[in-house]
Amino acid sequence: MGRSVSMFSSSGKNRDAIVDISHNVILYVESLSVSFDGFKALNDLNLYINNGELRCLIGANGAGKTTLMDVITGKTRPDNGHVFFGQTIDLLGKTETEIAQLGIGRKFQKPTVFENQTVSSNLELAMRGEKGILHTLFSKLNSSDLDWIREVIRIIRLESKENLLAGSLSHGQKQWLEIGMLLIADPRLMLIDEPVAGMTADETERTAELLTSLAGDRTVVVVEHDMDFVRSIARTVSVLHQGSVIAEGSMVDIQNNPAVVEVYLGEEQ
Amino acid sequence: MMHHNREVARGDNFQKNGRIFLIVLFGVTIYASFCNLLVPDDSIFHVSTYTITLLGKYLCFALLALSVDVVWGYCGILSLGHGAFFALGGYTMGMYLMRQIGERGVYGHPILPDFMVFLNWKELPWFWYGFDSFGFAMLMTLVVPSVLAFVFGWLAFRSRVTGVYLSIITQAMTYALMLAFFRNEMGFGGNNGLTDFKDILGFDLQSDKTRVALFCLSAVALAMAYLLSQLILQSRYGRVVLAIRDAEPRTRSIGFKTENYKVSLFVYSAALAAIAGALYVPQVGIINPGEFSPLNSIEIVVWVSVGGRATLYGAVAGAVLVNYAKTKFTAEFPDEWLFALGALFVGTTVLLPKGLRGLFDGKQWRNLRRGVEKKIT
Repeated sequence: MGRSVSMFSSSGKNRDAIVDISHNVILYVESLSVSFDGFKALNDLNLYINNGELRCLIGANGAGKTTLMDVITGKTRPDNGHVFFGQTIDLLGKTETEIAQLGIGRKFQKPTVFENQTVSSNLELAMRGEKGILHTLFSKLNSSDLDWIREVIRIIRLESKENLLAGSLSHGQKQWLEIGMLLIADPRLMLIDEPVAGMTADETERTAELLTSLAGDRTVVVVEHDMDFVRSIARTVSVLHQGSVIAEGSMVDIQNNPAVVEVYLGEEQ
Repeated sequence: MMHHNREVARGDNFQKNGRIFLIVLFGVTIYASFCNLLVPDDSIFHVSTYTITLLGKYLCFALLALSVDVVWGYCGILSLGHGAFFALGGYTMGMYLMRQIGERGVYGHPILPDFMVFLNWKELPWFWYGFDSFGFAMLMTLVVPSVLAFVFGWLAFRSRVTGVYLSIITQAMTYALMLAFFRNEMGFGGNNGLTDFKDILGFDLQSDKTRVALFCLSAVALAMAYLLSQLILQSRYGRVVLAIRDAEPRTRSIGFKTENYKVSLFVYSAALAAIAGALYVPQVGIINPGEFSPLNSIEIVVWVSVGGRATLYGAVAGAVLVNYAKTKFTAEFPDEWLFALGALFVGTTVLLPKGLRGLFDGKQWRNLRRGVEKKIT
């Protein structure tokens, strides 16, 4: 699976070249603070993500996980702090569209696929490439685009459903379609918010396999509540609490960290 | 193979409905034209010139409805100001027709239209220059409303004004234009607007042949707009537009600058509305600021919702049916039409959320069709 994903090299521009990862860090988040009406959603948060790693973010509701993703993708403006993509690209000055085009893709917590369009149309829209008006008005899918769409459909196991409207899929299948939409955009950094919510045990297992296979070629950051799932995929876990990272390390380290046990894992176990 | 399948799934209805629509449109157009020009007056098959003009008017309204459906039905932009683009298109045509009157006006001035002589103006205002040329006037029919739509859309969509707020400012736009055009000093004939037209490109506007020609031109314009809109909406651009309607933030997050799509579609739609206005004016013989009335723009939305938005033929059918009803109804009860229109709107919204076309693609039909397709493949 990993190989088939990395075979993708589309007509995209030399986007990868502009991300400077000479220090092996692809995402810098430094002293980030966001408050909503006095409530500090993020409080002096620091986070460094290495190129090619699979990182899990965990934390109770309201710990700031989704807000952090909102800031990285340009949806929310922080009060202060810095977010850099590689060494040189300051994400805070950019719009959502620009950030998406730089190669940062996101899967939202609640799956939002285009329900009135077919599975393959959803993938076509999400595909990496030119997104301007004139291009979309005149372009046709070429055979390598079609191969790639078919390949992603195979990876997300919706082969028999490519011509169905996305609205008719089950919740788990929509989650997979959304992961497919992320995949087909071929992002450098994937931010994945609660990928297994609403999935069956079997689907959850397959999602874990997929995400593990994606890391390496690209960088994957996963927010998840399901601790078994996190345990099955995570190499490094960051624990968020009240808008800050309170611990970071392997799952074993985290589970033995007294602060973490107190605020979060204690309730789970 | 997959590509082919998807084309079928997506394009099937579009193609088929488009074909039926064109057959009906041209069938009626040719039949009515033939029966007007070639069948003797006393035959029961004769179609009167009054009917031809009425049909021509309906076709202009159908084109106007199509333009609203393109932005509202497919992109979720509820414009309550499209009457403004229609009226502007009408005014550009009206200005050309005024200049054609020449010395035949009441005051016989070779250059100035009657209302300017009446206002004691000595010279033609600069913005009337060039309108003696048909080509220039037609260019302005497209340029003026498109520029307005571009500026308006650029300001509104870039600031992410959506939903009811957008609808309200479109109403304000057409209302402001109405007030401006009512003023004599604007130089567009004020209250009375532009009228008393004589001929177009040298053809007498009162003659049956000119009437039939204008009617046929309206049909051609509608057909071309229909086909072009169909092409646009079937392209990937069209699917981005649908995506914006259904989930704009998501569309933005996969890298589309949604405001560019909205502005461009809005401009396209305004141009269609303007063409409808330009075809309407020579057929009805007058354009006045009443066309900018907010009520007119709301009526267009009612036509579209009655026919069924997000289907091009639905918008066309809605416009024709509601206007036919209006013609009949106002002949009997001139004052009650607005109540009937309101009732119609509430009725379709509550009972037929997909409009009349919802009656035709009910579930049983879809299932039936699916069954047949399965047997074929």
